[in-house]
Amino acid sequence: MPVLIPRSVDELVEVFQEHPAAKLLAGGTDYMVEVNLHGRKPEIMISLRQVKELSEWSMRASQSRITIGAGVPYADMEHGEIARLVPALAQAARTVGSPQIRAAGTLGGNLGTCSPAGDSLPVLAALDATIHVIGPEGTRDIEFADFMVGVKRNSLQPSEFVHSVSLPIIAGWQGYAKVGTRNAMVISTASACLVRDSDEGIVTIALGSVGPTIIRAHSAEAWLMKSASLRAGATLDPSVAEEFGRQVALESRPIDDHRSTAEYRRHAVGVLAQRLLTRSFS
Amino acid sequence: MSINIPVSDATQSNEIYSLRVNGQVRQVKDAWIGESLLYVLRERLGLPGAKGACEQGECGSCTVIVDDKAVCSCLVMAADAVETEILTVEGLGPDGALTDVQSAFLSEGGVQCGFCTPGFIVAVHHLLENNPQPTDDEIREALSGNICRCTGYGRILEAVKTVADQRRKSS
Repeated sequence: MPVLIPRSVDELVEVFQEHPAAKLLAGGTDYMVEVNLHGRKPEIMISLRQVKELSEWSMRASQSRITIGAGVPYADMEHGEIARLVPALAQAARTVGSPQIRAAGTLGGNLGTCSPAGDSLPVLAALDATIHVIGPEGTRDIEFADFMVGVKRNSLQPSEFVHSVSLPIIAGWQGYAKVGTRNAMVISTASACLVRDSDEGIVTIALGSVGPTIIRAHSAEAWLMKSASLRAGATLDPSVAEEFGRQVALESRPIDDHRSTAEYRRHAVGVLAQRLLTRSFS
Repeated sequence: MSINIPVSDATQSNEIYSLRVNGQVRQVKDAWIGESLLYVLRERLGLPGAKGACEQGECGSCTVIVDDKAVCSCLVMAADAVETEILTVEGLGPDGALTDVQSAFLSEGGVQCGFCTPGFIVAVHHLLENNPQPTDDEIREALSGNICRCTGYGRILEAVKTVADQRRKSS
């Protein structure tokens, strides 16, 4: 077979161990662009299409956590139960490419490619997602903060793959916003996900496309906790939101490239932070 | 319009696999592993309806249905599409007859140069299968992955609404 097609997670583990140089193929929306336009020459491919377990998701009410399989496409996160439980993930999913891309592209594919512009990634970072991976040595959990280590680089070891992602169900507000050159079908020039846990009085914010990895603005988060009440029913002074945006922008590490300038990205991500925080109180 | 033609790789050149396209099992011989479904449909199976333009999933002109999902065939690795049901624009109407969507594109003037049209036709069929009475916003959203540089989209939206009306009246 030109493409190896395992039918179960066990078969996938086995075949990936036999062929550590193989490339995993999920929706193909990133990889085939490399093949079509950038001279990438696939040799051994392992298709994930028939590993049905990867396309499942489940909710553990007792632990207030949702676990989403690596093969779940964006289209399945846009609406329905996942969208109700993790609204920021749904918002991010809706901004990915076109309907055609969202029907094919998967959460696990976003983690495999690990682009700083990956739309689901700021959501996973802001929610402190746990990435469940499987490899020759068995299973292990990687915190998102330790998963993405650079531009299109993750901490997966040879023959390891992403099985699923688990996320906490948060009481409060969460949202994702991004800036691009048009509304539909655009790669972000800056993006942010903000989660306000109104039970705990904590806000987290993660930034996309403004650094080599997704950046958590920890200093801005800490400053905000000292400067405002974040619990349910609290109100927000607009000047606090403005200062929060300024501080978030300072923590970004953007570059100039073909999509935008560092200066614009830093400005835009601050505006996104300010807007998201303001929305979380409205 | 040129299409990026993958270079054959001799070491993989005697691979044979089968695809199920428009209800028929079609054998693909001597294919290179990196060939997209778009390339295989057009260059190996004689189905040139899906068009190649951007080759990176931005223009929608290569839209086909794979397992009931509208996808960009340029981003599907053909050899990975074994065991799926593939439907192309050629398979929408019976025996080459126009579908109601194709007729409405003609009557409403939704076609000018025609290059993007097959992708739109497939996307509109898929939309109306899943959402027979879409709102204007839902139509725009469903077609946001298909680019047309001639019509300005207004005539295309009219064509979709015409079909939705016709189907409602006849049901």
